[in-house]
Amino acid sequence: MISKFIIINILQGDIKTKAFLFCLFIISIAVPIMNIYVSAESIFHLTDYHVALFGKYLTYGLLALSLDLIWGYCGILSLGHGAFFALGGYCIGMHLMREIGPRGVYGDPILPDFMVFLNWSELPIAWYGFDNFTYTLLMIAIVPGALAFIFGWFAFKSRVTGVYFSIITQALTYALMLAFFQNDFGFGGNNGLTDFKDILGFSLQNSNTRISLFILSVIALALGYLFSLKLVNSHSGLVLKGVRDQEDRLRFLGYRVENYKLCAFVVSAILAGIAGALYVPQVGIINPGEFAPLKSIEVVVWVALGGRGTLIGAILGGVIVNLAKSFFTVNFPEVWLFFLGALFVLVTLYLPNGLMGVIKKIFIILKNRRKTQIG
Amino acid sequence: MDNINKSANSILYIDGVTVSFDGFKALNNLSFTVPPKSLQAIVGPNGAGKTTFMDVVTGRTKPSQGRVIFKENINLFKYDESSIVDLGIARKFQRPSIFPNHTVLQNLELASYKNKNIYSTIFFNNKSMDSDLITKIAVQVNLDSNLYDDANSLSHGQKQWLEIGMLLSQNCNVLMLDEPVAGMTDEETEKTSKLFKKISKDRSLIVIEHDIDFIQSLNCPVTVLHEGAVLAQGNMKELKKNESVIEVYLGR
Repeated sequence: MISKFIIINILQGDIKTKAFLFCLFIISIAVPIMNIYVSAESIFHLTDYHVALFGKYLTYGLLALSLDLIWGYCGILSLGHGAFFALGGYCIGMHLMREIGPRGVYGDPILPDFMVFLNWSELPIAWYGFDNFTYTLLMIAIVPGALAFIFGWFAFKSRVTGVYFSIITQALTYALMLAFFQNDFGFGGNNGLTDFKDILGFSLQNSNTRISLFILSVIALALGYLFSLKLVNSHSGLVLKGVRDQEDRLRFLGYRVENYKLCAFVVSAILAGIAGALYVPQVGIINPGEFAPLKSIEVVVWVALGGRGTLIGAILGGVIVNLAKSFFTVNFPEVWLFFLGALFVLVTLYLPNGLMGVIKKIFIILKNRRKTQIG
Repeated sequence: MDNINKSANSILYIDGVTVSFDGFKALNNLSFTVPPKSLQAIVGPNGAGKTTFMDVVTGRTKPSQGRVIFKENINLFKYDESSIVDLGIARKFQRPSIFPNHTVLQNLELASYKNKNIYSTIFFNNKSMDSDLITKIAVQVNLDSNLYDDANSLSHGQKQWLEIGMLLSQNCNVLMLDEPVAGMTDEETEKTSKLFKKISKDRSLIVIEHDIDFIQSLNCPVTVLHEGAVLAQGNMKELKKNESVIEVYLGR
């Protein structure tokens, strides 16, 4: 069914969609080949580390996509989207911790190491059920979705908009960070969750597992993109863009604007949660640092840089900025933050439509040139 | 009993409405009646409470005293903005507010959906929309040749028309129009005047305007507001001779 959905959408999609999905397809084939079949001496060889790194970029792309859905199309600027990402990550992290079982340092069959270390005698209720993979999958969507629903319900019903909404989302992620830092909160405190062994019985160190996770990330990104595209091109999408451009007009046309915002916010939070759940097994750790307000703000920079309200632009922004980040933090670690800051200032000043705006401009120029040549 | 009599044969009955913001009374015990299928104009100096009056009727502002009765027995106090629209009161804002990045057609479509909840718009089917009606309205507001243009590309006057068209496609009994001809050319204003007279044959229009010539061309009852209360009522010709109206609004 899913493959049918994808194929139909590729056939119906516009040139951008086709190009984007084609690139994803190429990447999903090229990366495993370069990892497995290219000899280790070749410069085209990708190590297992690189496969996981690229997988991580793709999950960042999905996170950026989720933010673009509400910021670019609905005008809701969330500065706390990292919270939903981290919650999805913690859900899968809890499953991976429980899957370690008696192989932990302390050898307790049920309790993860950090609980034994803290002298806890039984599993906290929040950890029940996470040994089951299906339950975990459900929680990856439900936990971020439910938080977004409750938070959004109060915020949107009391008509908190604009900057005020952004500020309280910052407060949300900050509060969660402080809570998760506490050992008593029950999710590993400062150190978070790490030392994962395997997922569904496959070792996380194994290169086949890494490639599978990578390909899963590609598929999640492609599906997330197609889903978002369908949504913004539907009649609901028209309404969402109306919320962005003229919220009051929409309300006085008889739309319950709050419900639309809430729905978009929840969908976006779930997408972010899925991204987080794919991120954690590939990087091997989740800690409260993921809730840091700065992380959420960075996501906004990715989207702005790629092009707000373009979906593909957001994804490109997420991937490209993080590629640059990896490069700079390895080669010029002191410069990175200045570079990111400068990039953001330059983009807002000179490229209001981001990378996608530039690409569009180039295409228009090429088209006009061709026209004049023919004429 | 008294109240019921007063609201009889009215589509909208404003009964002693007071709105105060931090002690400042934007509306001060304002009362008046709008009969069904009528055309009414409201004028007054800035700060007279014209827009606040619309805010109260459309549910954006709740009155501190008094009530607004719709169709003789519905107290609008209990309803929020979108439910008031569902009851049949549509509103045009002072600044033309249309969806700039949607096409003209999409603007009209958004206004005309019968079911405006999320479920219906996600699983939209064409039954929810009357395409013939939209085409008819587009012709009425002279935008039939601009249907596929971005609303942003329209002239100021055309944007006003588009918003009026959106109100018409909502199929409401009462249309409240805040400065509908601001920024229109003389020719456009004249067309608008004709259009209003025509549509007031089967619904009620309440028009706020500063353009006295336009109001005169509507040839309808005029209410002058001053400091949140009714200063005078009558037709424009009479009001032009009214000393207090000249004093506070028209000038000598």
